[in-house]
Amino acid sequence: MPWIPKTADMPIPLLEVNNLRTSFHTNDGEVYAVNDLSFSVEKGETLGVVGESGSGKSQLVLSIINLLASNGQLQGSIRFQGQELVGMKPKEINRIRGNRIGMIFQDPMTCLNGYLTIARQMTEVLMHHQGLDYASAKKHSIEMLDAVHIPDAKNRIDRYPHEFSGGMRQRVMIAMALLCQPDLLIADEPSTALDVTVQAQIIQLMNELQQEFGMSIIMITHDLGVIAGISDNVMVMYGGRICEQAPVFELFDNPRHPYTLGLLRSVPRLDTAGSVKLHSIPGNPPNLLQLPPGCAFVDRCQKGIPVCDQRQPRLREISPEHRVACHLEELP
Amino acid sequence: MTKLLRVDDLKIHFRIPGEGLFRPRHKTLRAVDGISFDLDAGETLGIVGESGCGKSTLARGILGLVPVTGGSIWLAGEELAHLSARELRKRRQHMQIVFQDPLASLDPRMTVSEIIAEPLQVFEPNLGKKERKHKVQGIMERVGLLPNQINRYPHEFSGGQCQRIGIARALVLKPKLLICDEPVSALDVSIQAQIINLLMDIQEDMQLSMLFIAHDLSVVKQISHRVMVMYLGKMVEATTRDDLYRDPRHPYTRALIDAIPIPDPAIERNKKFEPLQGDLPSPLDPPSGCSFRTRCPMAADSCAAEAPAQREVSEGHWVSCHFA
Amino acid sequence: MNQTLAASTEIKGRSLWQDAWQRLLRNKAALTAVVVLATISLLVVAAPWLSPYEFDEIDWDLISTAPSLENGHIFGTDSVGRDLFVRTLHGGRMSLMVGIIATLVSLVIGITWGATAGYIGGRVDNIMMRIVDILYAMPFMFFVILLMVFFGRNIYLIFIAIGAINWLDMARIVRGQTLTLKNKEFVEAAMACGVSTPRIILRHIVPNLLGIVVVYVTLTIPQVILVESFLSFLGLGVQEPNTSWGALVNEGAQDMESAPWALLFPAGFLAATLFCFNFIGDGLRDALDPKDR
Repeated sequence: MPWIPKTADMPIPLLEVNNLRTSFHTNDGEVYAVNDLSFSVEKGETLGVVGESGSGKSQLVLSIINLLASNGQLQGSIRFQGQELVGMKPKEINRIRGNRIGMIFQDPMTCLNGYLTIARQMTEVLMHHQGLDYASAKKHSIEMLDAVHIPDAKNRIDRYPHEFSGGMRQRVMIAMALLCQPDLLIADEPSTALDVTVQAQIIQLMNELQQEFGMSIIMITHDLGVIAGISDNVMVMYGGRICEQAPVFELFDNPRHPYTLGLLRSVPRLDTAGSVKLHSIPGNPPNLLQLPPGCAFVDRCQKGIPVCDQRQPRLREISPEHRVACHLEELP
Repeated sequence: MTKLLRVDDLKIHFRIPGEGLFRPRHKTLRAVDGISFDLDAGETLGIVGESGCGKSTLARGILGLVPVTGGSIWLAGEELAHLSARELRKRRQHMQIVFQDPLASLDPRMTVSEIIAEPLQVFEPNLGKKERKHKVQGIMERVGLLPNQINRYPHEFSGGQCQRIGIARALVLKPKLLICDEPVSALDVSIQAQIINLLMDIQEDMQLSMLFIAHDLSVVKQISHRVMVMYLGKMVEATTRDDLYRDPRHPYTRALIDAIPIPDPAIERNKKFEPLQGDLPSPLDPPSGCSFRTRCPMAADSCAAEAPAQREVSEGHWVSCHFA
Repeated sequence: MNQTLAASTEIKGRSLWQDAWQRLLRNKAALTAVVVLATISLLVVAAPWLSPYEFDEIDWDLISTAPSLENGHIFGTDSVGRDLFVRTLHGGRMSLMVGIIATLVSLVIGITWGATAGYIGGRVDNIMMRIVDILYAMPFMFFVILLMVFFGRNIYLIFIAIGAINWLDMARIVRGQTLTLKNKEFVEAAMACGVSTPRIILRHIVPNLLGIVVVYVTLTIPQVILVESFLSFLGLGVQEPNTSWGALVNEGAQDMESAPWALLFPAGFLAATLFCFNFIGDGLRDALDPKDR
């Protein structure tokens, strides 16, 4: 049975993406970074997106908030709270971005301006989106910095970004993303550049903030450990497509796609490492410029059958909420 | 077994120009401050710590890429720290390094064969063209690269393949010691496993001694025989791998182990732990006494007053903590 | 067997230079500029064979005549009856030569100075760059005029004067680039491999500098041509009967109302050449910048 979008008697999901396709026109030809992607995020849900380089996970984020490079093209539909984002005017999308949808990036300096104080940058957001005056905007900003546990927020708000440590800067960015109490927070590898102890702080903070504010989170990462700790649902991407999607326990207990399986087994785990040799997926991540006509994973897959080379596998629902795109699932 | 490498009380300090126009006061950055360890032939020592703990500086100090302030380095019974630059350069054929960023460590204007052959040109200049090519192709095959890619340029390869080129360059002289400075942290998960397995295979084949530097305790656990944990330029704990993970004695080691997320929701969600608070203090201005005390959950007054000495708590298990 | 297989099917790599070249070929403006510039250069070189007249040959019957095909003066003649076509090309020869030679002078001094200062660093770098700063502070025009007054007008002096000023920019750019390159991991890797310092500079630093240097050269040549034109315009440049575009423009400007062709042709050539160099420089910069991919 093909996957059918949620029917009318269910409440509208917060974010609903249908047949999304993101392509880039380059000198070497058309590149499809995201291909035929459909998924939805419910209110209060955390969706973890896993993938390696070339999986299209970062372009997916940029597509949702409409921040593609100038040679990018968007097709399909992205509905946020019932509102279509594809083809929306920049002015309208600006009202949603930073207001209803918050973003955090791997490198905080991509969204913090090094020449302005934190106070200036935070109040600007609030004054722009919510029309607050400076005094109340600053008061609110300080509250938000307190919420992300920045010590002495009252005084530190008047400092410049470079005066904060890496972990603190990440907290400032999270505070900024949450200023307008967005309904959706998109986090693109927020903890990758951080040290393990600081990463643990940030993940804990995000869990805590979600309980406090109740927003949905799309968490993009390559770290399966982080995914295991934070997500409700997990989407595994490869070569610009979804290869498997399932609730987190189901995915880790019963991975069906050979790529998911390989990924899970190739991570050195603290609880087992060293006793056995690591399983590794042979080959290299796909080159989006030269995707094969069939399954993108085929040349690294050890279970390939002839049809894998010829046809793109369909994303099928094999049990409730568990979708897999693999020809092996279609075998009788 | 003979000790291949012995590092004794190694200190690497940098002078940082002070602020102020008149009479600026120089500050001293103690990147590596009294590190001692030894390494057997064919053994892997994992060095773990967060960024800024001095683990990369330590690697560069051993190779002589940064000047050593004090202490001594013995490679195969010979003292390195006080050799002249020219003499030191000769010793480099016995010790090689693999870098973190695979692409940045390869000269973009050179072909793969030129890159891998560079150490050969320095140390075996009389080698004929044909033999050199033969050697290059041999090592390329060994690290899992197709020998027919010999004329391609680094930017035509993926990250994992670039790292294989870097490993090939390091191994082409058949060194005795290989230093790996975070060799997998810039790679994709599925590629990390390939490179770790490759390094383990090669180490066994060539009886290499390896210093494996990483911030990721799970990767280190996979590959090392012994592990040393560093914090702000100092050793906090060092012991055999199994001992460290079974019985970590230093609060920092415990915090590091706890902080690593385990890819299993059943375990990860039921994990009860309090992540270490705060950030690494500035190495320019480290805390008095034990440098970890500002973040330590068990810090007491004695920690501020006196730096803990390294103590052997059980055989081969060294810890610097007042409470271990 | 593996060996033979490997040898028989070696894959050719695509170097960064080839990549850049491909990108340059796709850049229409730059490509046109290359063609136009090549044509101008050819004309300039072939000048003596293209026209029956000599550049200093005076035709007393035809003074300040308009361009015409009948009498063979296709660009007309100047106020003393010399053929403007041949003079324009001859002037172009001088202008391009000044541009190229002075740039080469600045290139050699600049790269050596900058790469040495940048790579060695520390006190050496400090002293070398302070010297550059001091030279920068010298008023250039005053310097040239002084030279002219002391040694008389001499074309080689102009080469030296311009080259001696221009290498300062080059040295600064090369030093900056060297500083960034020096800290790249591949240089550290070369050190770890035991490669000696001069070899690192030659094999790793300089080839990676070339990209930016090439761009800078294409932007320096027109700058130098302009400086020479300016000097000639002031009457300090080349000496009669030799000429350059700047000198021709100067002469042409004096009787602009009665004989506009004497201004328009050399000015047109000068402008076209400057345009071309700038377009090529822009195109090269885009082609060599890997971030633009």
